[in-house]
Amino acid sequence: MKAHAPSRRDFLCSTSFVAVGLATGGYMILAPDYAWALSTTALDAHTAQTLLVMARQLFPHDRLGDQYYATVVEAVDKQAASDAALRKLLTDGVARLDGARGIAWVQLSNGARNAVLKTEEAGEFFSTMRTATINNLYTNPLVYRFFGFEGSSVEHGGYIDRGFDDIGWLPNA
Amino acid sequence: MAKTFDLKDDSVVVVVGSGAGGGTLSNELVQRGINVVCLEAGPRLGLTDIINDNGAMFNRLSWLDKRFGTGDLNATLPLWVCKTVGGTTVHWAGASLRFQEHEFRVRTVYGNMPGANLLDWPTTLQELEPFYARAEDKLGVTGTSDIPRLPGNNNFKVMAAGAKRLGYTQVHTGNMAINSQPRDGRPACHQIGFCMSGCAIGAKWSTLYTEIPKAESTGRFEIRPDSMVVKINHDNSGKATGVVYADKTGTLQEQKARVVCVAGNSVETPRLLLNSQSSKFPNGLANSSGQVGRNYMRHMTGTVYAIMPGRVNFDRGTQMAGIIKDESRHDPSRGFAGGYEMETLPGFGLSGVASNTVAGAWGLEYANVIEMYDHFAGMWLVGEDLPQAGNGVALHPTEKDKHGMPVPVVHFKDHANDVAMRNHAYKAGTAVYQSLGATQVFELPPFPSTHNMGTCRQSEKAQDGVCNKYGQTHDVANLFISDGSQFTTGGAENPTLTIVALAIRQADYLADQLSKNQM
Repeated sequence: MKAHAPSRRDFLCSTSFVAVGLATGGYMILAPDYAWALSTTALDAHTAQTLLVMARQLFPHDRLGDQYYATVVEAVDKQAASDAALRKLLTDGVARLDGARGIAWVQLSNGARNAVLKTEEAGEFFSTMRTATINNLYTNPLVYRFFGFEGSSVEHGGYIDRGFDDIGWLPNA
Repeated sequence: MAKTFDLKDDSVVVVVGSGAGGGTLSNELVQRGINVVCLEAGPRLGLTDIINDNGAMFNRLSWLDKRFGTGDLNATLPLWVCKTVGGTTVHWAGASLRFQEHEFRVRTVYGNMPGANLLDWPTTLQELEPFYARAEDKLGVTGTSDIPRLPGNNNFKVMAAGAKRLGYTQVHTGNMAINSQPRDGRPACHQIGFCMSGCAIGAKWSTLYTEIPKAESTGRFEIRPDSMVVKINHDNSGKATGVVYADKTGTLQEQKARVVCVAGNSVETPRLLLNSQSSKFPNGLANSSGQVGRNYMRHMTGTVYAIMPGRVNFDRGTQMAGIIKDESRHDPSRGFAGGYEMETLPGFGLSGVASNTVAGAWGLEYANVIEMYDHFAGMWLVGEDLPQAGNGVALHPTEKDKHGMPVPVVHFKDHANDVAMRNHAYKAGTAVYQSLGATQVFELPPFPSTHNMGTCRQSEKAQDGVCNKYGQTHDVANLFISDGSQFTTGGAENPTLTIVALAIRQADYLADQLSKNQM
């Protein structure tokens, strides 16, 4: 179980991203410490930031920095640029999250954010974001290596000499 | 050298599909001196197109044309099969098991089971044994004749250790069509993983780089990729005369034929027959029995994943080289007829585990499960499901594909026997992992179906099925069913070896008939 130390999630919620409007009509969203940036073309800054927090809320991993969740937002933004229905689905979804408790969803406590998400669970907005998070977060080699999935092996000669049978903890009988 | 045949050449045998059935049959026929044109709906890839990326290869290989799934099936992707030269042998895991003796006569052995449309095969294990032996030799199946078994990977070692604790005795790395040593011009397995994304080194048997190039080297064979057959034509006497197909530009062509053999997998095969209806055959070709498209089987399946006390790295190595066979027997005292196999299965990468372990799950608790990825072990449960008249393939009344062919609607609902077997199998799989101290166990429902069988079944009597024991349709003498569609019942075993054995036997029969001028 996790200790009581403030987690990255709690830190995130007390912190603001920096959003910069771009001449192209999109937004540049900068991490609080300027360590990474995310740019959008279809989604406004608030929607993009909310979706980033939502991606983490769906699959929260303290070991992962926000830049990995930002790739989820970039992916749906890119799709939304040529898919007006998706753009509306995401924008409306964020508006519903914000409307649920009268203050911006990202400002809610962790428990309250989960409770609001729960009310969306059966809907298309939720399933779209859940699928997008799985398909973009966990297929990122920088992410999956953290979890012990090792990706492509053929260029390394497979595992025949690299531990396909190296298990050490099994009982002898 | 590859040859080309004229569209009007009516001396050729046309084979529809190039997978385990069609690819094997094609090569077996040309080796007997018969000219063959094989029409394959998908494109032709080479080994260099096969990469270790589950998602990319799924999109590159899979049959993603529109299909509707109803009942217990995935609504938009009822099947997980391939549209590519080599068919589903590019994707398959390589498990190559013979049916058991009783599985050819289940109506006799299981008796009358309410709701099931049981029938004995018109063939016996004894009759098929020589063809199984030839199939095993062709595929280079490990654990047969003098071919050593593959070494066991971590996921197998976990399963085997648990099996031992439970007292199971038939446990090994399987009978796999994956080279354990160099054979037939192909290398030994490098324990790459990703078998089901296509084997990048060709250690796993696939018609893509075995039967098809061998057939081409005879100078009697032409494969036409990107060629989707939409209709089988016939003459006034009811004999098949050729097939209409959409070529790679979408233009409809007709290839004349002396014999037509259909091996499009168990949805496309009946779809093609049903779409070939005419005034002479108003219910579809070879369908006087009304059994075309019926009795669809997909095997009882399920998956068990477990979080083990130590690291497993279950994606390393041959994906399905591991089996417990003890539960495959027919033993009604367990509360169901037939049996099931327990076979190793990894997770299709981190995103696959996240998608599938608990459908729809999210939040901290589930994120913590995903973080245990390298401690996961996994097995697939695969057993006999019972044919039911209401499970099957029909043509959508209004919706058509880009070639104007009605989209298939595939319906499947579990029989009570399937449910009882699955529940037993979940318990057995869970016990294997719990015996080793698994901290969490997950029971996953069936994936989109890869084992598809029975929609044009063999029968002794013409009224009970679509074809005879050679796959020759009862109604049209020069029309053959050459894939898993001809299975009368499904057995507990992965179907490919039986499809290959039947294709070899069909080639013998067809060559004999042609030499006697019977077609």
